[in-house]
Amino acid sequence: MAEDETGRQLGRHERYRGDYPIVVEGLKNQFGEQVVHENLDLKVRRGEILGVVGGSGTGKSVLMRSIIGLQTPTEGDIKVFGRSITKADPDAEIGVRNRWGVLFQGGALFSTLTVGENVQVPLKQFYPEIRPELLEEIARFKTVLSGLPEEAASKFPSELSGGMKKRAGLARALALDPELLFLDEPTAGLDPIGAAAFDRLTRELKETLGLTVFLITHDLDTLHEICDRVAVLADKRVIAVDTVPNLMQLDHPWIQEYFNGPRGRAALTAQALDELRRHMDNPIAAHAVKALDNSHDKRA
Amino acid sequence: MCRISPHSFAPMSGLAQYELQQGDGGASVLALSGPYLVSTVGAVDAELRALEGPIAKVDLSGLSEIDTVGAWIACSLATEHEAEIVGASDRATRLISALDGTRGEEEIAAPRLPVWERVPAAMGEKVFGARRGVIGVIGFLGALIAATGTLIRHPRRFRWLALVRQLELVGVSALPIVGLMSFLIGIVIAQQGAVQLAQFGAETLTVNLVGRITLRELGVLMTAIMVAGRSGSAFAAQLGTMKLTEEVDAMRTIGIAPMEALVIPRILAAVLMMPLLGFYASGVAIIGGAVIGDVMLGIPFWTFLARIQDVVPIYDLWVGLIKAPVFGLIVALAGCYHGMQVEGNSEQVGLRTTMAVVSAIFAVIVIDAFFAVFFTEIGWG
Repeated sequence: MAEDETGRQLGRHERYRGDYPIVVEGLKNQFGEQVVHENLDLKVRRGEILGVVGGSGTGKSVLMRSIIGLQTPTEGDIKVFGRSITKADPDAEIGVRNRWGVLFQGGALFSTLTVGENVQVPLKQFYPEIRPELLEEIARFKTVLSGLPEEAASKFPSELSGGMKKRAGLARALALDPELLFLDEPTAGLDPIGAAAFDRLTRELKETLGLTVFLITHDLDTLHEICDRVAVLADKRVIAVDTVPNLMQLDHPWIQEYFNGPRGRAALTAQALDELRRHMDNPIAAHAVKALDNSHDKRA
Repeated sequence: MCRISPHSFAPMSGLAQYELQQGDGGASVLALSGPYLVSTVGAVDAELRALEGPIAKVDLSGLSEIDTVGAWIACSLATEHEAEIVGASDRATRLISALDGTRGEEEIAAPRLPVWERVPAAMGEKVFGARRGVIGVIGFLGALIAATGTLIRHPRRFRWLALVRQLELVGVSALPIVGLMSFLIGIVIAQQGAVQLAQFGAETLTVNLVGRITLRELGVLMTAIMVAGRSGSAFAAQLGTMKLTEEVDAMRTIGIAPMEALVIPRILAAVLMMPLLGFYASGVAIIGGAVIGDVMLGIPFWTFLARIQDVVPIYDLWVGLIKAPVFGLIVALAGCYHGMQVEGNSEQVGLRTTMAVVSAIFAVIVIDAFFAVFFTEIGWG
């Protein structure tokens, strides 16, 4: 069983009320000669969306795999809901697996099952006592809750588009009403409209279900729009965890290039424009939007 | 969908519970208490659904915890009895309104026909599938011949490295297992044959038995079965996985013909290695027979081997060596063909691999029967 900071055992049906559902301390991951992480510390606050960014090969996915127990670290300790998972066997029942949901990059749906049946897999695994009728209802509403049309429940993953696969993966990740949601590049490979919709969905679900979200992403729009804080992975550790505006003040070359590069600027401008458009009744804002639109047209 | 009124808080308990209270004016109030979570509702769900109405209100003020599944059940109850939800906490209210509009009738399982339609449909599917299969095999053979023609005209495009790699995988790595199998088969034939022949006092004919049967039939046949299991299945699984991960499509777009790069090296490797493996298998089987001859029958080891030269006609060797490349072709063709037919999901890879091995072994045995009749007819009996 998991426990909170005070060492009290967390009841089977009790939600985690501690401050930090994920605590990573002194993590080291090494593959042969190659050291991916060294002295990596990270704390994720309850109820936040934490974005994790970093260049290719900085070990974002390895960090996630370490936290969910798929990768045993070389050194260090990882506590999820106060329960150390680094000492546990990857397949052992550790009492926290029904408290998290994971969306893998490619969706990782079971290809021989329909979307609805995919959603039922974790439910059947943990709660075999639930009646088949209720299982079906749950699978159906989770599918719809994840933004898929109802008829998608009876489709096989091979019949779905990339964006729908991600949503189906999300439906499965949400099957057990987890408190913690891991998303590995959820908007990668989606068109901008689909990506924005997925961001909105993540935000909505986080607010409705009270989720804590660990989100690996490369998508600057996602970082600006929905992340409460962003952790930057570089030099084998987390060099900073903060809100995007605060991060942009930092004097680290990678961070500067990342957020203040052309793409970072564009995402920022887009966000500012959105913000301004919400206040169109204010004459100054309306004027600014007009001016910005005009300058954009000229450049185009 | 559900009418909600606001809430108050209540004590906790470990189990999902419910109570049907007689409210004022005859209408009853269903009071839910304890945690209503995916982990707890399984126990009370059936009872709740079986409740007799009328229920005017569903009271959620006693709930200690609620998640989407709990909210779903409360919402379903309220909808079914046209009751009002009262005492919902902020969280419950949020969850219930999020579930609005998610109620549907759509099936979860893939659509399934009733049995009287499904059986004929499956039969029809098989018949047309067989037709498609025949056309597919002929088409594949044609594409193979065309690709071979292209390669003969442009020999520089031939992939020597791939061929050498396949020669190693199909041939060299198979040596230990084929050797062990053949040795044991040689022992069994010699030992069983000797027991039977001893009844006629003809133990010495064991040499003829072992030499002729292994060189003509068993050496090549057993090797073909072994290669089908080892390499035919590997071909199907490899190519099938490559098709699933779109590697084959990627090769096509780069301008590499999968036939040339993947299929021809494998088929050629099997065709070239089968005679060698078959001959090797026969040789090892004869050695196995010779060991038994030495131990059981008192025929010295070297005498046994020398007798083989006298009693086995040279055409027995040719029979084996002519059949071997044909068997290799069949095995590799089945593996590559089924591998390239994989589409859709991972289950297909398993299915096609099985089909590759089964059809290869079946075809090898059928063709072997034709060969047996043919060679006897031309006087190589």
